[in-house]
Amino acid sequence: MGNKMTVYADNAATTKISPAALKAMLPYLDEAYANPSSIHSAGKAAADAVYRARVELAENLGCLPNELYFTSGGSEANNQAILTAAEIGAAENKKHIITSKIEHPSVLRVLKRLGTQGYEITLLDVGENGIVSLADVERAIRPDTCLVTIMAANNEIGTIQPAAEIGEICRKFSVLFHTDAVSAAGYIDIKPGALCADLLSLSAHKFHGPKGIGLLYAKKGVMPSQLILGGSQERGRRAGTLNVPAIVGMAAAFSEACVNMAKDNQKIARLRDKIIEGLLSIPGAKLHGDRTRRLAGNINVGFGGISGESLLLALDSFGIMVSTGSACEAGAAEPSHVLLALGLSEKEAKSAIRITLGRYNTELEANYIVECTAKAVGRLRSIANLEF
Amino acid sequence: MTKALIAMSGGVDSSVAAYLTQQMGYDCIGATMRLVEGEVACSKNARTCCSLQDVEDARDVAYSLGIPFYVFEFTSEFKEYVIENFICSYERGKTPNPCIECNRHMKFRVLLRRAIELGCDYLVTGHYARIEKSGERYYLKKARDLSKDQSYVLYMLTQNQLARLLFPLGELYKAETRAIADRLGFVNAKKRDSQDICFVPDGDYAGFIESYRQKNYPPGKFTDTEGNVLGEHKGIIRYTVGQRKGLGVSASKPLYVYKIDPEANTVVLAEKDKLASDEIEIASVNWIAFDSPPEQLRASVKIRYSQAEQPATVFATGENTARIKLCAPVRAVTPGQSAVIYDGEYVLGGGIIV
Repeated sequence: MGNKMTVYADNAATTKISPAALKAMLPYLDEAYANPSSIHSAGKAAADAVYRARVELAENLGCLPNELYFTSGGSEANNQAILTAAEIGAAENKKHIITSKIEHPSVLRVLKRLGTQGYEITLLDVGENGIVSLADVERAIRPDTCLVTIMAANNEIGTIQPAAEIGEICRKFSVLFHTDAVSAAGYIDIKPGALCADLLSLSAHKFHGPKGIGLLYAKKGVMPSQLILGGSQERGRRAGTLNVPAIVGMAAAFSEACVNMAKDNQKIARLRDKIIEGLLSIPGAKLHGDRTRRLAGNINVGFGGISGESLLLALDSFGIMVSTGSACEAGAAEPSHVLLALGLSEKEAKSAIRITLGRYNTELEANYIVECTAKAVGRLRSIANLEF
Repeated sequence: MTKALIAMSGGVDSSVAAYLTQQMGYDCIGATMRLVEGEVACSKNARTCCSLQDVEDARDVAYSLGIPFYVFEFTSEFKEYVIENFICSYERGKTPNPCIECNRHMKFRVLLRRAIELGCDYLVTGHYARIEKSGERYYLKKARDLSKDQSYVLYMLTQNQLARLLFPLGELYKAETRAIADRLGFVNAKKRDSQDICFVPDGDYAGFIESYRQKNYPPGKFTDTEGNVLGEHKGIIRYTVGQRKGLGVSASKPLYVYKIDPEANTVVLAEKDKLASDEIEIASVNWIAFDSPPEQLRASVKIRYSQAEQPATVFATGENTARIKLCAPVRAVTPGQSAVIYDGEYVLGGGIIV
C-alpha cells in the first residue's frame, strides 16, 4: 500500500475549514474570549466581532443585519423556521403546510410532529429528476396554508429546486416561504430577496466554516419563535451564550465562498462532469438526480446489484471517503427517502453512493476516484456471484 | 495476517468471541447488522439482539478491544428473507423459527459476503457449536457446554460456509464466557441472554403480523377431527400446533391444536393422545456430514430448539426431502419448525417440518 492517496469526497457531509476562516476564528478562541453579553471592555470587543460578522453576513445575503439569528446549525435553524411559521399560522387559524418528499430530516421530522398536533402536511412528490413542480406547489396552496418549505438544493442528489419561482408563487398567495439552504449556501445564490424567502436556514460547516454554527434568516416582521429559552441573546429569540469564534468563522467562510463562487463552481463542476462521465462508462451505472440542474460538487450514482455500503467500504480501503447518501443513525444508513421519492426501488436506493466534491479536490483525485470505483465495482461483482 | 469479521450483537457471547479471535492472532473487524428500522429498534422495551442500545454495547466492546467497528444496514434484506418468510409461514398455518432463517440468509450469506468484500478470511459468531475438519470435509458438532449448545440453529450451514466460519465459544462453558467478559470489564458482562424474536420484542406475533400486513385475519371455525364445529377462532395466525391455552373452547377433556387448515380457515382441535405422531416429513433439507445421504440411517432427531433428541430412522426421499420415523411417537410435531438430525455430537443435517 505504501503511500496510499487520501481523497476526501464527502463535502456534502461536511467540509474542511478554510484557512481564512480558521485564521479569523483563532483570536476569539484565545485572547478575545470574553462573553459578548458582558458589559466590560473585553465583552465589548467580542460583541463588536459578532456585530461585524452579522453585518458581513447580511451584506452577502442582501438583507438587514437584524434579520439574522445565530443558531447551533442547520437543523436548529430549520426547526425554528418551521415552528415560527406554524405558530404564526395557528394564530390566524391556518394550519396547513406544504413541503416536498425529499427534504432533510430536520424539516420532515418537525412536520411529522406538527402533523400530530393538528396541522395538516402536504408532501409533494418530485419528478424522477428530483425537482419539485411549480404547478404542484400552486395547486397545493389552500386558504389555510401557512407555510411552504422547500429546500434550495438537495443534500443527497444535489438537485437545485426552482426556489425563486416557488417564492414568487408563495408571495402571490401571501403564504410564508421557508427554504432550507443548508446544501446550497456558498454554492448558488441564495439571497432571500432573490428567492422571495421569508425564512431561510444555512449552516457554516457546509461551506468551509466551523461546525456548530448556523443562521436563521427571518424577514423583517416575521418574529422567530423561541426554541431555546433563557437569556435575551439574539433579541430574545435564541437564548445561549453566543459562539463568537464560530460566528466570526462563519462570516469569513461565507464571504470567501461568495467571492469565489463562480470560479470555484467552474472548477468543481468540471471535475464532477469528468467523474460522472467516467463512472457512467462502468456497466450498470446510473446517475440519480438531474444531470444539469444539480450542485457543482454532487454526484449520486448506483451500480446495479452492488450495495452502496459495500462500495463505500471498498473505496475507503483505497483511501477515498464518500457516503451512501442520507444521514446516519447508529452509524448505518437507512434506504434513502430521497432516492425512494425519485421512484427508485429500495434495492436501487441502497446501491447509491454519493461523491461530493469541494474546492480542495483536484483533477488527480477525480481520476483516482474513477479508477478505484471501476476496480471496486468489478471486485464486488465477482464476490456477489459467489455461491454459499 | 489472517483477517476475521466478528458478528457482534452487543451481547456477551459475541463480545467474548471477538476477544478470543483477537487473542488467536487474527486481524479483527467488529460489525453489527441493523435488521429492523429505527422506530422498532428504538422501542422502549426492546431487549433484543438489534436494538440501538445493543449497537452501542457492541461498539463499546469493539472500542475497548481496539478493533474497527461497523454497523451494516441490512433492513431490506431482513424484510425480504426473514420477515416475509415468517409471515407467509404463519399465513400457511405453520409455526416458523425466524432465527434459523436469519442464520441461513442474513448471518451466513449477506453478512458473510460483506466480510469477504472487506477482505476477511473468516466470519466469527458467538454461537455455542464446534466445527471440525476431517479430510476435505467440515463437520458441525455440538458445543462442549451441552446446556448452551446451539448446533440446532446451524444445521443449514454448507461446506462453503463452514470453511469460512469460526465459533470460538464452542469449547467454552457459558460461565467461562461470563467470567472472561467480567474480567475484561465489558459493559454487557451481566446482560441477560436475548429471548424474544428480535422484530417482535413484545412477543405478540399476531399483532405484529397484522400491523405489518395492514390487515386482519378473519375468524373461522374450530372443529374436531370429524369436522364438527366446536367454536370460533380469532384468525389462524394466532394458533400453533400443540397449543392448549387461549383457545376458549370448553370440552370435557383438554383440547389442543391438532392441525391448521389455511384454505378452509379452520383450526382442528383434538385430545392429547391424538397429537402424538411418529412420522415426520421434512423439506429444504441440508446435509452437512455427506454430499448425499445413505438411503436410510439411524440417528437421533431434535424437532424443536428446546426439546430433547429422539431416536429415529431417517429415509432420504429426494434431493432435499426426507422422512423421519421416530422410535416412539412424540407430541406436537409442528410444521414450520426445524428437525435436526444428529449422530452423537455430530449434526448430520436437518430440514423444515412440512
